[in-house]
Amino acid sequence: MNADAAERIRATVDSVYRTDSRRVLATLIRLLGSFDLAEEAVHDAFTAALEQWQRDGVPDNPRAWLVSAGRFKAIDRIRRRAKFDSTVADLVNELDADAEMAPGPNDESVEDDRLRLVFTCCHPALAPDAQVALTLREVCGLTTEEIARAYLTPAPTLAQRIVRAKTKIRDAGIPYEVPERAELPARLDSVLRVVYLVFNEGYYASSGAELTRHDLSGEAIRLGRLIVELLPEPEAVGLLALMLLQESRRAARTSADGDLILLDDQDRSLWNRTQIAEGSALVEKARATRRFGAYTLQAAIAAVHAGAQSSAATDWAQIVGLYDVLARGDPSPVVELNRAVAVAMRDGPAAGIALIDALLSRGELEDYHLAHAAKADLHRRLGKTVEARTCYQRALELARQAPERRFLERRLRELAG
Amino acid sequence: MKYLCLICADTLMEQMSAADRDNHFEEYREFTEALRESGNFIGCNRLELPTAATTVRMRQGKVSATDGPYAETKEQLGGYYVIEATGMNEAIQVASRIPGARIGCVEVRPIAEDPQTLRALGLPVRQQ
Repeated sequence: MNADAAERIRATVDSVYRTDSRRVLATLIRLLGSFDLAEEAVHDAFTAALEQWQRDGVPDNPRAWLVSAGRFKAIDRIRRRAKFDSTVADLVNELDADAEMAPGPNDESVEDDRLRLVFTCCHPALAPDAQVALTLREVCGLTTEEIARAYLTPAPTLAQRIVRAKTKIRDAGIPYEVPERAELPARLDSVLRVVYLVFNEGYYASSGAELTRHDLSGEAIRLGRLIVELLPEPEAVGLLALMLLQESRRAARTSADGDLILLDDQDRSLWNRTQIAEGSALVEKARATRRFGAYTLQAAIAAVHAGAQSSAATDWAQIVGLYDVLARGDPSPVVELNRAVAVAMRDGPAAGIALIDALLSRGELEDYHLAHAAKADLHRRLGKTVEARTCYQRALELARQAPERRFLERRLRELAG
Repeated sequence: MKYLCLICADTLMEQMSAADRDNHFEEYREFTEALRESGNFIGCNRLELPTAATTVRMRQGKVSATDGPYAETKEQLGGYYVIEATGMNEAIQVASRIPGARIGCVEVRPIAEDPQTLRALGLPVRQQ
């Protein structure tokens, strides 16, 4: 075989790895009953593919070939270990017996395996940060180092988190299965929460100098698409819509210097129209089911903004109405704060200030910098410089992220002038 | 797999009004009967109040017995079930139906049953 042909095979294996390695892993976890065995098996299978496909050509169904190769490599591995440890001998027999029912290229069961993997990684019996780490590692295929970098966490800490989660899956008997219908809504909530956590970590990085960590948001959207593809429940559709609509503003929400630009001041020509069109269509699809929830409502609000030419031309009454529905179903002080800002846009700043003051007096948002920043902005609009400055100062004391701090400092300077 | 479900609550049976206690006993009777029928049941019982507890330690050959449970918490251990379940999902389902879960909480702990443990405890080692 000449060098060109060898290079072509290598490129094919690479491309199959990108598109199918997670599917192969998901199926092997089911067949081998162990995350660790399955990961080794995936690695072995792709190594074998590089060698054998050069010699014998690319098989008709590369995925089925890889699953089968991975399974036999794993049985080999266990058999070698069994020579030293009699307790694994049973496992070998069991796997050999299972091999009779080798998986065909049955797409339905393969897609079920991917859902099993998602639900297992996001199992509520695992710690929330472990759910996130495991999902990014196993479902998205990110390396431990990549996840550690994205979360500004030392790699050994993250690796340990993943090991502990896998140990718990094994020892606690967390099954590799798609939840039954009765459990599905609660379990899907847990999955969607993980996806949105990943997105938000990328979109509103909770600390540090970079306002956005694009890769994580991109991974979250990919995950969201996968879940919609596998399980098109209204809230899964709603969450994908929400992420797309927020992501559509990425280019407009920071300046070239990395400074924060508020929605009102954003150059709307920079908004990504493709993402807005897709997100808005998904909102309509989710709302049509009449079984939607908080993600769909938030996406619907984002879609109203996305459809407006300017802040002044925004249908604020509709936004207030959507916040009303949201606050009824999912009451939270942050939702009420957002509603207050929308009311201020509809009825004038004074109405908004009254609502925010009422919220602050309940004490729940006292330490939330955005509550003080929102109030400051409304005072600023009314020309009440002293009150605005006091509120911006308080927000600045509470804000942790560099771009947000710079924004607040800039506003304070402007008001001093 | 076997799981131990530890029932913890702020208010135990002894601290309830007579009517509430009777109701609660009735709920437990129904639940336990259903558990026997579904085949998940292995064992269960109610514990006396933590005030009846004594914590025992053996140090340098000397026994020390002190009053009370080993950990002081607001939620107190009031009873337990040992159940058989296919995995954590079924165990969570069963635990969620324990009447005490509506008042307090239930800790679900897998029972080890690894060969070394079973051999050490003189229990039959099952073929997986």
